[in-house]
Amino acid sequence: MSSSKTDKFQYHDYYVIDELLDENHLLARQAVRDWVKQEVSPIIEEYSDKAECPTHLFKGLAEIGAFGPSLPEKYGCGGMDEIAYGIIMQELERGDSGIRSMASVQGSLVMYPIYKFGTEEHRKKYLPKLASGELIGCFGLTEPDFGSNPAGMITNIKDDGDAYILNGAKMWITNSPVADIAVVWGRDEVGKVRGMIVEMDWPGVSAPEIKGKWSLRASVTGELVFEDVRVPKTHMLEVRGLKGPLSCLSKARYGIAWGAVGAALDCYDSALRYSLERIQFDKPIGQFQLTQKKLAEMITEITKAQLLNWRLGTLANNGKVTPAQISMAKRNNVAIALDIAREARQIHGGMGITNEYPVMRHMMNLETVLTYEGTHDIHLLITGHDVTGLNAFK
Amino acid sequence: MNILVCVSKTPDTTAKVDFIGDAKKYNEEGKQFIMNPYDEWYALVRAMELKESNGGEVTIINVGPASNDPILRKGLAIGADKAIRVDAEDTDAFFVASQIAAYAVDNGFDLIFCGKETIDYNGSLVGSMVAELLNQPFISYASKMEYTDGTAIVNRDIEGGIEVLKLKTPFVLSAAKGLAEQRIPNMRGIMMAKRKPLDVIPAVDAGSGLSIEKFELPADKGSVKMVDPNDMDELVRLLHEEAKII
Ligand SMILES: Cc1cc2nc3c(=O)[nH]c(=O)nc-3n(C[C@H](O)[C@H](O)[C@H](O)COP(=O)(O)OP(=O)(O)OC[C@H]3O[C@@H](n4cnc5c(N)ncnc54)[C@H](O)[C@@H]3O)c2cc1C
Repeated sequence: MSSSKTDKFQYHDYYVIDELLDENHLLARQAVRDWVKQEVSPIIEEYSDKAECPTHLFKGLAEIGAFGPSLPEKYGCGGMDEIAYGIIMQELERGDSGIRSMASVQGSLVMYPIYKFGTEEHRKKYLPKLASGELIGCFGLTEPDFGSNPAGMITNIKDDGDAYILNGAKMWITNSPVADIAVVWGRDEVGKVRGMIVEMDWPGVSAPEIKGKWSLRASVTGELVFEDVRVPKTHMLEVRGLKGPLSCLSKARYGIAWGAVGAALDCYDSALRYSLERIQFDKPIGQFQLTQKKLAEMITEITKAQLLNWRLGTLANNGKVTPAQISMAKRNNVAIALDIAREARQIHGGMGITNEYPVMRHMMNLETVLTYEGTHDIHLLITGHDVTGLNAFK
Repeated sequence: MNILVCVSKTPDTTAKVDFIGDAKKYNEEGKQFIMNPYDEWYALVRAMELKESNGGEVTIINVGPASNDPILRKGLAIGADKAIRVDAEDTDAFFVASQIAAYAVDNGFDLIFCGKETIDYNGSLVGSMVAELLNQPFISYASKMEYTDGTAIVNRDIEGGIEVLKLKTPFVLSAAKGLAEQRIPNMRGIMMAKRKPLDVIPAVDAGSGLSIEKFELPADKGSVKMVDPNDMDELVRLLHEEAKII
């Protein structure tokens, strides 16, 4: 139905934030935008419609350098700064949140922990292959009974000589059915959270796919089931406690703060164009005050979110960003993106519910983005905790 | 084999067209610019492929002000080894061709590539002028080019068919669709581009006396009329009475 459409997206930079970016950022943005227009836009509606993951895009994502762009070049990565990483996520999510998820899981949740908590051997063994897309990774933290409260996890490891025996189950794991390796978090015998690199072809590992998603339909999600899996001790990451997985989540959430703005921009851009083309009562609908209110509020919120991201990126580049600052941006930007998707849907009228336009797909995707990597409400509690010093989680 | 690729800056294909200064100059304010697609997708990429199979170096050259540097950086990110910018306003084709020829004479290239035209002014002039100034053969609209040991076989698209030519290097070629396929720079290429040389050189004297009198926009196309697909009578009436084509 929609594969022959051209992607007419144009960028919107109301406050000329481009002046705050350097040449690399702009080149990276153009490269990823070109790639999305060429590879993602022509096929995404079809894959979303079929609820199928375009796995052939893993190779393309690797070729443009979307996997671990801010990790060092000596491991086959990009060696770029955090703003460049954010911009890449923004452009990918401008195409589709599911495609961005493929990249953020691989880069922030698999490559980053291996780089940060792995041995030099782990880095050399896995990072170049993950960067080149030869290996696909997934990240297992969430469990069926422990989502917002990962501290309660029951997946566990027991000492068995030169290996640990891993048992448990993970839920909602992006990429797990197509993954070659998994970074898995489980509890050791003294109750400490430990991370490990599990190879998916080891005996006792399985990853059944979760079907029936109305959101992120072009991204594959599954479970991870571990039945007496022998994990050699050489596969353990050197970190103890929840700070291990949480530091990965900070990286990924940072990327989501940027990514959400991409989805918002695509919805706004489509709505703006439609409002100038669609005639009702002999006028373009963009001439009616109520449509203008929607568009004006959209670009205002996008501009605020772009500024938030730029500042967050600058703090990240200087090594000063706090997890709570990232929470604020993730929560705000995803929420405004979802609001913008809904308003944009209205501007498109009935056409807005079809896959002739990207808006409804973004809207459905953003429902996941609002929930994963810490729900909208959990991030609010993080900000609340940060400003009051009082923990409202329990 | 050393190849020189001429690259220019053009407004993005979606950019609005408007003029300033008594309609003598394109209004660059608020516009996004790109590398001319014929230069980038076909000329530069084919040059990269030839370098990859035959060794040597790819140099890109642009005549223009410092605001053109991002275009050159992009060329370096795609894989060119070095970039030259002749620091001058690119006033007209003869001036630009004279600068490129002057640089090429001093540096001896096996091949010089440019795009078949720029997508803004569509002049198709620079390549042929460079060839003339260097006293070299020129092949326009090349859609395929194979090279072995100093000899090239080049396909030219002509009306209704293809012309196949054979010649020895050095020569100048203008690239058309088909010569290569677009390469999107990757993040490593972008990082490497920062470390490659981008040399700025002064212009040589080359006046042509040419100046632009004014630009004119085509007349408005008028708006689209939507007709209910079930109302054929209305469609026929409009074609007859308003469009007056039946
Ligand atoms: C498509 C998709 C992909 C995902 N990919 C991954 C992945 O790759 N790896 C991974 O580990 N996880 C992944 N997740 C899991 C995701 O991170 C969790 O869904 C999320 O953390 C929420 O957990 P939950 O679904 O169990 O919801 P719950 O934690 O049960 O939350 C339900 C509701 O209760 C609210 N709530 C919970 N606790 C509190 C509280 N203290 N105060 C107030 N409100 C509260 C929440 O805000 C939410 O609204 C993915 C999820 C989805 C949907």
